[in-house]
Amino acid sequence: MDKKIGVYICSGCDIGDSLDMDALANVATSEYKVPICKNHPMLCGKEGSSIINNDIQKEGVNTVVIAACSPREKMEIFSYDPTVISMERVNLREHVVWCHPPNDEDTQMLAEDYMRMGLVKAQKMEPLEPFSEEINKTILVVGGGITGMTSALEAAKAGSDVILVEKEPELGGWMAKLWKQFPKDPPYLDLQETGIDSKIIEVKSNTKINVYTGAKIEKTEGAPGMFDITISQNGNSEKVKAGAIVEATGWQPYDASKLDHLGFGKYPNVVTNITVEEMASKGKFTKPSDGKEAKSIAFIQCAGSRDSEHLPYCSSYCCLTSLKQAKYIREQNGDAKVYILYKDIRTLAQNEIFYKKIQEDEGIFLTKGDVVGVTEDSEKNMVIDVDNTLLGENIQIKAEMVVLATGMVPAAGIEMKEVAPVETEAPPDEKKEEETPADIIIPSDILNLDYRQGPELPSLMYGFPDSHYICFPYESRRTGIYVAGCGRQPMDSSACTDDAAGAALKAIQCIELTSQGKALHPRAGDMSYPDLYMSRCTQCKRCTEECPFGVYNEDEKGNPLPNPTRCRRCGICMGSCPERIISFKDYSVDIIGSMVKAVEVPDEDEEKPRVIAFLCENDAYPSLDIVGRKRLSYNPYIRVIPLRCLGNVNLVWIADALSKGIDGIILIGCKYGDDYQCHYIKGSELANYRLEKIKETLDRLVLESERVRVLELSIDEYDKLPGIFDDFLETIEEVGPNPYKDF
Amino acid sequence: MADTRDSISNGKAILVIGGGISGITTAIEAAETGCKVVLVEKEPFLGGRVTRLNKYYTKLCPPSCGLEINFRRIKKNPNIEYYTLAEVESVSGEEGNYDVVIKVNPRYVNENCTACGKCSEVCTTEISDDFNLGMNKTKAAFIPYNMAFPSRYVISPEIIGTDEAKKCLDACKYNAVDLDMQPETVNVNVGGIVVTTGWQPYDPAKIDNLGFKECENVITNVMMERLASPNGPTEGKILRPSDGKEVENIIFAQCAGSRDENHLPYCSGVCCLASLKQATYVREQYPDSKATIFYIDLRALGRFEEFLTRVESDENVSLIKGKVARVKEDPATKDPVVEVEDTLSGKKIKAQADLVVLATGIVPNTLGGSIPVDITCDDFGFVVSDPAKTGVYAAGCAKRPTGVAQSVQDATGAALKAIQSTLRR
Repeated sequence: MDKKIGVYICSGCDIGDSLDMDALANVATSEYKVPICKNHPMLCGKEGSSIINNDIQKEGVNTVVIAACSPREKMEIFSYDPTVISMERVNLREHVVWCHPPNDEDTQMLAEDYMRMGLVKAQKMEPLEPFSEEINKTILVVGGGITGMTSALEAAKAGSDVILVEKEPELGGWMAKLWKQFPKDPPYLDLQETGIDSKIIEVKSNTKINVYTGAKIEKTEGAPGMFDITISQNGNSEKVKAGAIVEATGWQPYDASKLDHLGFGKYPNVVTNITVEEMASKGKFTKPSDGKEAKSIAFIQCAGSRDSEHLPYCSSYCCLTSLKQAKYIREQNGDAKVYILYKDIRTLAQNEIFYKKIQEDEGIFLTKGDVVGVTEDSEKNMVIDVDNTLLGENIQIKAEMVVLATGMVPAAGIEMKEVAPVETEAPPDEKKEEETPADIIIPSDILNLDYRQGPELPSLMYGFPDSHYICFPYESRRTGIYVAGCGRQPMDSSACTDDAAGAALKAIQCIELTSQGKALHPRAGDMSYPDLYMSRCTQCKRCTEECPFGVYNEDEKGNPLPNPTRCRRCGICMGSCPERIISFKDYSVDIIGSMVKAVEVPDEDEEKPRVIAFLCENDAYPSLDIVGRKRLSYNPYIRVIPLRCLGNVNLVWIADALSKGIDGIILIGCKYGDDYQCHYIKGSELANYRLEKIKETLDRLVLESERVRVLELSIDEYDKLPGIFDDFLETIEEVGPNPYKDF
Repeated sequence: MADTRDSISNGKAILVIGGGISGITTAIEAAETGCKVVLVEKEPFLGGRVTRLNKYYTKLCPPSCGLEINFRRIKKNPNIEYYTLAEVESVSGEEGNYDVVIKVNPRYVNENCTACGKCSEVCTTEISDDFNLGMNKTKAAFIPYNMAFPSRYVISPEIIGTDEAKKCLDACKYNAVDLDMQPETVNVNVGGIVVTTGWQPYDPAKIDNLGFKECENVITNVMMERLASPNGPTEGKILRPSDGKEVENIIFAQCAGSRDENHLPYCSGVCCLASLKQATYVREQYPDSKATIFYIDLRALGRFEEFLTRVESDENVSLIKGKVARVKEDPATKDPVVEVEDTLSGKKIKAQADLVVLATGIVPNTLGGSIPVDITCDDFGFVVSDPAKTGVYAAGCAKRPTGVAQSVQDATGAALKAIQSTLRR
């Protein structure tokens, strides 16, 4: 269908009073020969928006350019079906009239350039065609402990079909091995049944849940909405289909044999908290050495946890577990003495009430201290040396039995120390010195993904494939696969069941959005997806290596094989491709490159430099909107182009800009490093790395590398932006005009 | 079995009460799954308490970063219908079929508002700035903060009926100011309800011995967040209230009211990490400053332990086990003086600082039965899951004191529970 562009310029909110509106309209009608260009004093009002809707319905306008406020404002009013109408918004308010002097030559030039940039983008955008494929709506849950069973049940209750795979012969996981659980319900004083048996029955009797016990996932192929899973059970392999996956593979206790300094393995009467649960279910707390009842028992907290030599993290459940086990012992034998030696007692929220109750028991002695060693005396009593106690001195405690409160190791991280990060294969001549850190993918034999980047979810820290995000804890590096429970981080069973329901919702949501050809968070609902012009692909593998979400597989020749339903539409692959063959219908290397080229560059003697600012649309761009809202002013020679992610920056844009005579390019993205804020994990970091290489390009063009600057900015650092721009322009003025300007 | 539903919830909506981080998460997650959502928030903006935080622990990242994404998801999702300045007045019916009456209080500014700010320019009356916890003044025609969503001004009821309001009306070119706006009633029918009414800080004035009322330079941890925020009363400079002096020496008193039989017997769950975070950003802003944290136990669970280790490695941060017994003011310097018993050494410590931050705890807004929904609460006001009351679920700090990440997990799960309820009748 032929493109018909309508341009709608709002003169409200100081725009009309600050700009020559006729000259602005002239850019559209004369320079760009746009057939329809209208002006309204309040485009976002009923009358204004109906002008646009009318032209769409009656005049056949299928591409709308709205030159008004920031695209972040009035989104619900300027909203059109992207499969029919392409829309571009030109930010005349926040980025032009609110931060530059009115009726000024430079302000007018800025507005006109933004109009040109918007128009050229509109010319090249195409309506979206959502990716459509037969979608399977079944949810695969891996792991049949409390988390996995809860996920399965919650999904089934919302109408989903579920496949539940458990490696052990029985469902239940660690919860089934517990005697009781610590208090979960008011008044938070009494131990409770785990309730696991009834949960197992509920799962088994639910007709929507298909349970495989004694089974494992041999292979996971495909993508969200169309996973092909090979399950092996009793020596047989079976292929099933699923739309999304919940990984609820839980944890293992930290290997106590590594804790010989605490006497484990050396003395029979040093046991773990897991053994205490077995003793409790048998009803007797007996010394392994002689089978006699232990009359005094000492718990050593953080046995292997909060310890740089072992697990650096806190395992979260051990304090409450030891308090609970102390109660087991005291309930069973009122004469028994219990000692609990801790670093900090960590009983959060209402769990504090239970801690308080335990403190009231005179038979339980709690003290803070550092356990330095465990030995045995001549009467086979355990002797524990404790330093820095609350009593202000170093003490020795004698007990007949010692319990080590061992911590949690995630199932996905058990093999962690034995493996190195997966090596990416790059030819020796392309080995870069400033490589972005490779993802750690531990081959833990859980999902066995047939993904080019590795067989499991990338590990975040300590082997937990957890989310890095505070506000988006289900954010996963592998779309459609959600981790829940203790596999994500140490937590108690209440937290596990909450987390299980959350992961189930995300799995259902993934399937619903995927079935409509829509992206998931953070570009939820986006129907664009990358299209590759394969005949120009050189098999350089950058896209397959650099995609943060593992979208691309590879064929044997090294050609990228995209999986659109894994895609989050960040466009980082677009920035990675030296051949520029990766495009979205509404966003491409060509579109942005054309926007760069649409900027009018004044002759050198006019002394009006031009700078392109590529801003991340998620943080730096909103931040610049705040600059407008605060009416702070900054240099008018800046031309801002918002990007889905700074990782989109293709080096050709820099070359295009410089060869056109643009004097400088500044890129502002999110913070990177361990506490990265990039919504696509490593987009800003990749941009930085790629720009390091731009120096070569600049040398080739005989240009100064100061012309390109990459910066990190948090969304709340808006007050810094005017200074950042002004400072960059000062540098550009020092360097002098781009020598390519008059070519 | 074929899925014959026309949407995940068969066209039924869910109600979310409270538009803080938990509530907006439940709303967005349900809406993106295909369920219609009615979200009710009592303040004039969405985002709740996290909007007033400077940084999140342990990443030290600004909450507005995630909120920006969440607000965009709301703007783009027609499944979400939200009401600000609104309260749920009554709920009747049963799981799968609740009739809800919502009262929407007047904002005196309608949806025509373009956030141009002309009403605020002409307004000269100043009122206490609620967003900044009353630490400064704002115009009576105001936008709550510079990234507030919805991006729409508010005219304070305080000036309604005065010439000031008339000036605002005359200044607006877009017919957005409506001084005759009356409270409105909205009726909706929903299948499930999620209570995400959040929390408020424990009133520090009730803790007599910690000197909040008497000492100018004793503030709470929530006030500290405003002091440090770029959009706070001091534009991010951490200056002590009495004389605006930059803070060189700061003391954090943990468990101010929490884990205390006379106040809140439970642990508020977030205050240790919050103080560790605040100590970190004070130290970043003023590299020569010193921070001391007096605690009972340091509670940094899971991988947050790494953050504790990082803070411990800063030699200008002292972590001392001991509960603050008393805070008094040195009349000459206005410095607060803190008396603590160091539980490890048994010695009594006296310490003086520029500023004392009370790590006050979390009190659920559900305490005292202020929400007209049939819920079961524990003695502290937290909502307890009650198998007999399906159809209504709680998430976030309505359930137990907790941080942002766990609230979001919880809120996502609650979205599913409520969707399940739309399918039952």
